[in-house]
Amino acid sequence: MKFGVVQFPGSTCDYDCFYALNDVLKVEVEYIWHKQTNLEGYDGIFLPGGFTYGDYLRVGAIARFSPVMSAVIDYATAGGLVLGICNGFQILTEAGLLPGALMRNNSLHFICKYSYLKVENNQTPYTNSCKSGQVLKIPIAHGDGNYYIDDHGLSELIKNNQIVFRYCEKNGEITSMANPNGAVYNIAGVCNKEGNVLGMMPHPERCMEDCLGSSDGKYIFNSILNFLKKKLVLR
Amino acid sequence: MWLVKIYVTLKKGLLDAQGTATQNALESLGFEEIEEVRMGKYINIKMKGQNRQMVIQRVEEMGKKLLANPVIEDFDYEIEVLK
Repeated sequence: MKFGVVQFPGSTCDYDCFYALNDVLKVEVEYIWHKQTNLEGYDGIFLPGGFTYGDYLRVGAIARFSPVMSAVIDYATAGGLVLGICNGFQILTEAGLLPGALMRNNSLHFICKYSYLKVENNQTPYTNSCKSGQVLKIPIAHGDGNYYIDDHGLSELIKNNQIVFRYCEKNGEITSMANPNGAVYNIAGVCNKEGNVLGMMPHPERCMEDCLGSSDGKYIFNSILNFLKKKLVLR
Repeated sequence: MWLVKIYVTLKKGLLDAQGTATQNALESLGFEEIEEVRMGKYINIKMKGQNRQMVIQRVEEMGKKLLANPVIEDFDYEIEVLK
């Protein structure tokens, strides 16, 4: 089993992703420079967080045209696992692999803190180790995490079970107080219809060990390993 | 040579957090007549093009491909001849 972590100019969470896979989970992982265009041999691709191209123009808008992205699109279309975290999520929406867009936080503040997420869909390659409705403690660190999609798009997401994580209170209740950034429907993470591409604003790679305040990120990484080991079938 | 002035703004109805913050600041300075402040981006492009129609076509492509995100943004522009 081998994973790839894409490095764009301005990626900052690439090492954290690498560490989570290599040091915590002890699986093979390689960095993929953004100019690489061949993704053969990888069982999953990570687009890490950061501030690619200085967030110029729009978050993720320029990275979306990095050479590696046409390969990522082909890889995702062929059913490969692609997880975009934070800036990676923004890049995936810009690339059209995920619906919606990420706007400036409604408070205008950059927010860096632990958040609670309710697992809305535990039938994905990224959440199959979670119970339905389980609450995960995973940190956020972003200035542009305000997920937007229009009403029609939202009803499509709900209908197709594409909403994977929602911001919630510690007890799992979905409230506006628990919504850190103004995201529509408290959305923290969505997948594509097929379920093989996930984007999420919170950082599971930053909470893989209890000494960091939470190891709930492991639920997501272990789900990926579980999915690949058992060759679970996508819906 | 042409000068293209491009305006990218958040779609109507979307909360413009920057615009609202700026409006609040202006109002606190006494500019109480303000109805609304919307923030956006202004992009200035100098470019070659045989005629206006061709410039329009290329600028539309730029807007759709990169300069604006149609999920959240509107895109408008003015074209001038550069002497």
